[in-house]
Amino acid sequence: MTLKTRLIPCLDVMNGRVVKGVQFVDLRDAGDPVEAAMAYDAAGADELTFLDIAASHEGRDTIFDVVARTAEHCFMPVTVGGGVRTIEDIRKLLLAGADKVAINSAAVNDPDFISRAADKFGNQCIVVSVDAKQRLTERVGGDNRSEWEIFTHGGRKPTGIDAVEFAARMVERGAGELLVTSMDRDGTKSGFDLKLTRTIADAVEVPVIASGGVGSLQDLVDGVVEGHASAVLAASIFHFGTFTIGEAKQYLRDHGVDVRMDKALQELARP
Amino acid sequence: MSSVAIIDYGAGNLHSAAKAFERMARALGGVDILVTADPEQVRQADRIMLPGVGAFADCKAGLDAVLGMIEVLEEQVIRGGKPFLGVCVGMQLMASEGREKAVTAGLGWIPGAVERIRPSDPQLKIPHMGWNTITKTRPHALLEGIPDGPDGLHAYFVHSYHLVTEDDAMRIAITDYGGALTACVGRDNLFGAQFHPEKSQALGLRLIDNFLRWTP
Repeated sequence: MTLKTRLIPCLDVMNGRVVKGVQFVDLRDAGDPVEAAMAYDAAGADELTFLDIAASHEGRDTIFDVVARTAEHCFMPVTVGGGVRTIEDIRKLLLAGADKVAINSAAVNDPDFISRAADKFGNQCIVVSVDAKQRLTERVGGDNRSEWEIFTHGGRKPTGIDAVEFAARMVERGAGELLVTSMDRDGTKSGFDLKLTRTIADAVEVPVIASGGVGSLQDLVDGVVEGHASAVLAASIFHFGTFTIGEAKQYLRDHGVDVRMDKALQELARP
Repeated sequence: MSSVAIIDYGAGNLHSAAKAFERMARALGGVDILVTADPEQVRQADRIMLPGVGAFADCKAGLDAVLGMIEVLEEQVIRGGKPFLGVCVGMQLMASEGREKAVTAGLGWIPGAVERIRPSDPQLKIPHMGWNTITKTRPHALLEGIPDGPDGLHAYFVHSYHLVTEDDAMRIAITDYGGALTACVGRDNLFGAQFHPEKSQALGLRLIDNFLRWTP
């Protein structure tokens, strides 16, 4: 098997600007998501995810421009998440140059939306964000329920929906990939919730991206080896320059995880 | 001035394909990239690219719905011998038939059927999504200068089905995912790539550059 584990940096974007500072030495404007995307592209990122955290409608329109400008310079897959609620939202993002969209609240509120979206655009571009947290309450429904429930609104709103059951249902509806984020771990730098990641990855046929909590390069390895994830996503370790994409890939490779380390186009000699 | 027509028939994201072609056209000089749903513009073009994402049947229905497009493709590509590149489902449409959901007739240019991927290892995920290396099974101008094999460059794949060719000679490259999957097909002036050149960084840009220079 030669399919490589994917390393995916995530950029939080609000009103067309990167929210967390990105520490790249050569950037003229570290707040420009397109410049950050180009730096990640050049560094060998396998995909890029934009998380649009804009609250207002006017703010949301800027993401289309960000995606379109990124597609002019970066020839790698781009996923956009945050506020994707309608078929029209998806259509506009794909036309702008996104390859996949990540859907959270709309999938929870209306599971049929995932069926309609997958029918219209194909399963391959529909990623469902599974934002899960340890249950605070009793396991309603008995022992066949998992330890985690689905949250919406950036982890603020519990839904009571079982996370593992929800993940399986979304795949049946046509999700081509799941972005599994532990809301308990997000921002803590204490590593992925490996049990959550593994439980979902083992329960579904589609690839799982592990997200939430990366603080060290070993966390990335653990997400793949112990969490059974097909891809690992991280934001702050790259944003704040703690590690480069290259360092992360080298570490993964040194610890038995097969990753892509390609040469740039310029190095392909033409006789 | 020569020109490339990228066919717009409502099957996905043409912006990135157009941008990747424009980038390599700029480097080469003297090539126009045109995204078009107009069969007449396709007829005028020197090279033709057929993209496609989603389900086989939906893409075929989309192509059928563009009045006169398939006729122009037959006339210019099959009878006229113009260089043709199919990508992803655009490559799969070159087959005799697709077997996704229902059996649907394809363009019939590459004898064979588009079948569900069945990896020998049941742990392997479907779709086959991400970066994989390719292995050339025969030399081809479009893969020139692209290092292949386990230490070669990677291509970006997203698919649950692949084209099983009847004639081995039309399978140009494979990729390994619990068994061999068809990565590229071709004959004469026809070439198809299952992966996305426009998303495959160095490997993809080189393939596009090779296509722009190709004189089959």
